Amino acid sequence: MRCAAPISENELETFLQQLFAGLSTGGIYAALALALVMIYQATHQVNFAQGEMAMFSTFLAWTLIQAGLPYWLTFFVTVAISFVIAAGVEFAIIRPLHNAPELAIVVAFIGLLVIFHSLASWIFGSTIKEFPSPFPKDAWFGSKLMSPHQVGTIFVSLCLVAVLFSFFRFTTLGLSMRAAAQNPGSSRLLGIHVGRMLMLGWGLAGAIGAVAGMLVAPVVFLDPGMMSGVLLYAFAAALIGGIDNPAGAILGGFIVGVLENLIGSYIVGTELKLSVALVLIVGVLIVRPAGLLGRTIVQRV
Amino acid sequence: MSAMLEIRGLKASYGSTAVLHGIDLDIDEGQVTALLGANGAGKTTTLRAICQFQVSTSGTMLFKGERIDGKSTEQTAKLGVGHVPDGRGTFLGLSTEENLRLGAHARGDKRAVADDLERMYSYFPKLQERRAQQAGTLSGGEQQMLAIGRALMARPTLLLLDEPSFGLAPLIVKDIFSIMRRINKEQKVSILLVEQNARLALELAHTAYLLETGRVVHHGSSEDMRSNDAVRRAYLGE
Repeated sequence: MRCAAPISENELETFLQQLFAGLSTGGIYAALALALVMIYQATHQVNFAQGEMAMFSTFLAWTLIQAGLPYWLTFFVTVAISFVIAAGVEFAIIRPLHNAPELAIVVAFIGLLVIFHSLASWIFGSTIKEFPSPFPKDAWFGSKLMSPHQVGTIFVSLCLVAVLFSFFRFTTLGLSMRAAAQNPGSSRLLGIHVGRMLMLGWGLAGAIGAVAGMLVAPVVFLDPGMMSGVLLYAFAAALIGGIDNPAGAILGGFIVGVLENLIGSYIVGTELKLSVALVLIVGVLIVRPAGLLGRTIVQRV
Repeated sequence: MSAMLEIRGLKASYGSTAVLHGIDLDIDEGQVTALLGANGAGKTTTLRAICQFQVSTSGTMLFKGERIDGKSTEQTAKLGVGHVPDGRGTFLGLSTEENLRLGAHARGDKRAVADDLERMYSYFPKLQERRAQQAGTLSGGEQQMLAIGRALMARPTLLLLDEPSFGLAPLIVKDIFSIMRRINKEQKVSILLVEQNARLALELAHTAYLLETGRVVHHGSSEDMRSNDAVRRAYLGE
């Protein structure tokens, strides 16, 4: 065995840059994974259209910015509109299917994916557009290792998880939402409107997805296909962290982001990067089916 | 004085299978009313019909003078009808305390909710020991206590109890029944109790109804029921 050559300063810097870039994209995966977890917590279903809905929201934001609205106003208006759209989707499309078999619902999700994809291409065109970052290139929190947008992305996703965690953990409404997902019958007997809780869960997921879309668009540019890869990583993140655990989704997001970048640049190359996500999913499901932070619900008999 | 809950001509069915064929039932305020009968007589269905839960019904039901036969399950719950369902309805993945807090989800009086939580823990000290534990890990008896506590956290005026003794050891059943007696007295909660164990039910109840294949065949005070030959032969084993 020969000794490893001493690492040059240059190599170390590249490594750190890759690591931080991974953390930053990880933040985006985390946010979208969070949206998946939201709907899963409320309905025990995985929304395959989550990525396309986020993409659609980002196009709405782009339209508002084109119309001359300032960035942060656009940001919050888009989040609000996305909440309404997603809640509307639950009410108009998913709710009528509540007695349908699992497969019918999966097909409905795929239908939604196609609908949002085609709508975006039809309304906004399929040429690639540039989307601004709210974090100026020369902001004080940027450095040689991390761009301001990367720092901002991590910060926003951490804020998002803090807010959601508090919402589910400490508010009565959050508790009611978890209850409605776990035991709809028993919830109704307590006077909890299960349908409203589901609609709220969808709305929140739509809003979170919009945030993810607006954060990823400055990096991958805006086009109707921009979320397909991101959604796969978000799936991996959600499964790795535990599909029923918001904190797990965030942790999983960062893990996937970092591994994707490091394995992509040092081991398999960019072309095979996406398969890293699949390997991670399968690996975790074999070793820890409930995910790193997921809980197995036990029932004593 | 009219009854707190007045049921007239109640029919109930699951799909095309009729289970209740027109029953009349009165529950007086502050009383414990027992609903006796064999398996399949329609006891659980009666409780579900009151809440419009998973059954379709016809007939009239007046709760404190208000029609509830057209109301949704959620609305009936908000009017003050607590339902401890068969199977106990535990939220398995939530903690014991979260289960209890859920009962009070519609209440805004935070301080009173905290007081009620302490009161539930004083009724059921076992639940306090397990307050942070996942409710799915509780024993059957503890989950039954949890179900009663959860329903009481909503401050109902009428509590529907579906077979609280089901599958539990006799000592635990005795415990639960003595706590229910206290709750009835101290919290002024009226109770409609469904129970297969007629002897136990008649000890707690003031009045009782006997159901057979979806019809009321006897009703009266607990003493009357105890001395009724048919009840004694079929349900008290004497």
